[in-house]
Amino acid sequence: MSKGKLGYFNPQKPQEGRITDIGPNHFEQMLPPVIRRNYGKWVSHRILEPGLLVHVSETGEKAFTVRAAAPRLMSVEHIREICDIADKYCKGYLRFTTRNNIEFILDDEAKAKALKTDLDSRKHVGGSFKFPTGGTGMSMSNIVHTQGWVHCHTPATDASGPVKATADVMFDEFKNMRLPAKLRVALACCLNMCGAVHCSDIALLGYHRKPPAIDHEVLGKVCEIPLVVAACPLYAIKPITTAEGKKSVTVNNEKCMYCGNCYTMCLGLPLADAEGDGIAILVGGKISNRMSMPKFSKVIIPWLPNNRPRWPEVTSVVKNIVEVWAKDANKYERLGDWAARISWEKFFEKTGIPFTEKSLDDYRLAVDTYRTSTQFKYTSHSWAVSKAVNGI
Amino acid sequence: MGIPGQEHLWDKEVEGHRTYNDVRIFTDEQLKNYTEEELKNFKPKHDSKMLDELEKGPWPSFVSDIKREALHRHKLGQDNLMIPAEICDDLLGIVELSYKEGETHWKHGGIVGVLGYGGGIVGRYNDQQAKFPNIAHFHTIRVNQPSAKFYTTDWLRGFCDIAEYRGSGLTNMHGSTGDLVILGSFSDQLEPIFFDLTHDLGVDLGGSGGNLRTPSDCIGKARCEFACYDTMDMCYEMTMQYQDELHRPAFPYKFKFKFDGCPNGCVASIARSDMAYIGTWKDDIRINADAVKAYAAGEIPADGGGFAGRDWGKFDIQKEVINLCPTQCMQWDGKKISINNAECNRCMHCIDAMPEALRVGADQGVSILFGAKAPILEGAQMATMTIPFMYANKPYDTLKAVVGKVFDWWTEEGKNRERIGETIQRVSLKTFIEVLGIPPMPQMVKEPRSNPYVFFKESEVPGGWTRDINAYRTRHPR
Repeated sequence: MSKGKLGYFNPQKPQEGRITDIGPNHFEQMLPPVIRRNYGKWVSHRILEPGLLVHVSETGEKAFTVRAAAPRLMSVEHIREICDIADKYCKGYLRFTTRNNIEFILDDEAKAKALKTDLDSRKHVGGSFKFPTGGTGMSMSNIVHTQGWVHCHTPATDASGPVKATADVMFDEFKNMRLPAKLRVALACCLNMCGAVHCSDIALLGYHRKPPAIDHEVLGKVCEIPLVVAACPLYAIKPITTAEGKKSVTVNNEKCMYCGNCYTMCLGLPLADAEGDGIAILVGGKISNRMSMPKFSKVIIPWLPNNRPRWPEVTSVVKNIVEVWAKDANKYERLGDWAARISWEKFFEKTGIPFTEKSLDDYRLAVDTYRTSTQFKYTSHSWAVSKAVNGI
Repeated sequence: MGIPGQEHLWDKEVEGHRTYNDVRIFTDEQLKNYTEEELKNFKPKHDSKMLDELEKGPWPSFVSDIKREALHRHKLGQDNLMIPAEICDDLLGIVELSYKEGETHWKHGGIVGVLGYGGGIVGRYNDQQAKFPNIAHFHTIRVNQPSAKFYTTDWLRGFCDIAEYRGSGLTNMHGSTGDLVILGSFSDQLEPIFFDLTHDLGVDLGGSGGNLRTPSDCIGKARCEFACYDTMDMCYEMTMQYQDELHRPAFPYKFKFKFDGCPNGCVASIARSDMAYIGTWKDDIRINADAVKAYAAGEIPADGGGFAGRDWGKFDIQKEVINLCPTQCMQWDGKKISINNAECNRCMHCIDAMPEALRVGADQGVSILFGAKAPILEGAQMATMTIPFMYANKPYDTLKAVVGKVFDWWTEEGKNRERIGETIQRVSLKTFIEVLGIPPMPQMVKEPRSNPYVFFKESEVPGGWTRDINAYRTRHPR
């Protein structure tokens, strides 16, 4: 590849030698030989131990896969070390999973086990593992996440930090396969959800709690006011001319639900605020169609503080929910399926998470979430209502 | 790469393939230019007490990793880097500041790109330029990943060199949509990066803005017995077919294709893609009677051994498979499993639980669902079952014909920043299926509508909507 400030690019003749629209590298050239030989011929698989899978082909051949965790924010030095490992053990081939795990695929079981031992032995000088293996079967796989304070302009929390803190607390569940079903945890640092966390067993979601600050000085100059007004899903933004004669907007703070869509349209309406920002926790979603249909995650805690650098309030909630679920659920029962079976009132009772007025939906179509049945279970919540009306 | 005839440019199994040595920027000495001891003693430029706390604990620490890259850049020296050697130091500094203050320091937007493309690069500047000049720009370059994210080390090492020489040396492996992401480049480096990516690595940029976002797929037939179509090939073909839509934003908002090989949905297409292709089958689940017996005898563990970390007792086919089947279409007589396939909804539970005994059917294709998205703006939506079954065979012409109808209509009808799921919500599913030219089916809904506010077309009601009040009054005096 080129060297020097402009490399091979000639700004005087920008079209010269230009290649466009070539798309991705063709995948076939990236496939390990054992995969090429058995492409489309796989008949079954087994998980030999956490982090080690074997797939069996109709040809009788076997592919062994070693899975290791990775922070998705990764330096090229880290990637080069992964490449060194792949060169040493598996002919220079590797892949990444949708959940940001690294996978090494080999055709030799003994070599795969040696590779696994090697991966588990490598540590950063700071003490953490570089490539801990696991994330298979009924475990917590890697936590997918967004950019946060490392790169994003709209976050209500960091991403890599709370994920690292949560994964530290949950590390044993990545390394073992002792949960009732798969556990998928995800973090998105604002409602835009680059990470699409809304169908996760446990979703950590950055949430602002203050309406935007309004930068009247620049708003009219740099933003298209009609687009800003139209951007608000709750019609809370109106155009105004300020006392100084500047074109700007007002925000009806009563209506605002801090989604930040206006800020996406206009830099004059920032939302970030250290006191306002934090993390909401949603649980019980899933993607898979297995047994029950895919589900959205449900808000169980509307907000917890960004208590840097380790978000202890958030991590302790996650750990607690997983412990209660793991103890109480039936085999095969995802977190949301378990909560639906035992009832959400029992979910709140068993986890000890307070059910507040904020847990009652008050957005559009909220009525669809109201219970229209006499079927309920008695918990401390229901007795409190009975007492409040002197019913008992 | 997508240049015909060069699909095996990097293929190690092909004679004369391109290697890392053909494209490398750094020498071996430059790559191994620090010791473990130096790393232990390394102090980045700015104090990072809070971030240092995130070096502790077992999970791989991104802070330790950034420090390692910071040291490597120091040792490479500014003469060997086109981006400030201290960019990682300044990143640690600015993120530490966010940790202290609880707010981001990245500014809003900034339109940057390469000539002729409207997407693929996201501009980013910090609001503390005086304090952290080495990270004044921190642009993201989205690079279109290969199907199912398979790589050779030769290619990846080349990618690392350019990401370090003309970027911060930090990446995302991978971005949420699926791209390979080079983090932290400066505006003047974008064209040189694009030139080398296309010429030397044989790869193109991904999508951003109101365009087709980089499609992504599960591992499919490469290593999964559940895959009901070739997700990797279809993802590649569809990416190549719609290069113009991917690079030059002409849509109301983003549009995502995702390719899941089966209803387990490993790439989450049903939750996050505007057009989700999910593998399915239309014949019978294949049963291996001998393997069923082995499961019954407890010789094969449930879910491929995925429950091995706890003692759940002996695997019980009746309790764990037959009774948990959502349609109750299975029977077990103690020796044999029988399935009433016409009643099966292909949820995958029995196959997931007993992969060595039960296999997806052999007559395979895709279901297509439309309109999933995260909450902004009208609330989160999952994708709606719209096309129950289509064969998905190369060159996918029938599927491309459906896409053509969707793009033509949505480009016209969609409002600014409206995902297709919201457009469908606004104009109704009824309108959308007319666009596709398909009949309504009960599989499109969870249950029939409970409100009777049915809209009729004027042509459907005899006499139309032109009313004669005088004629009415002859029958019904005031």
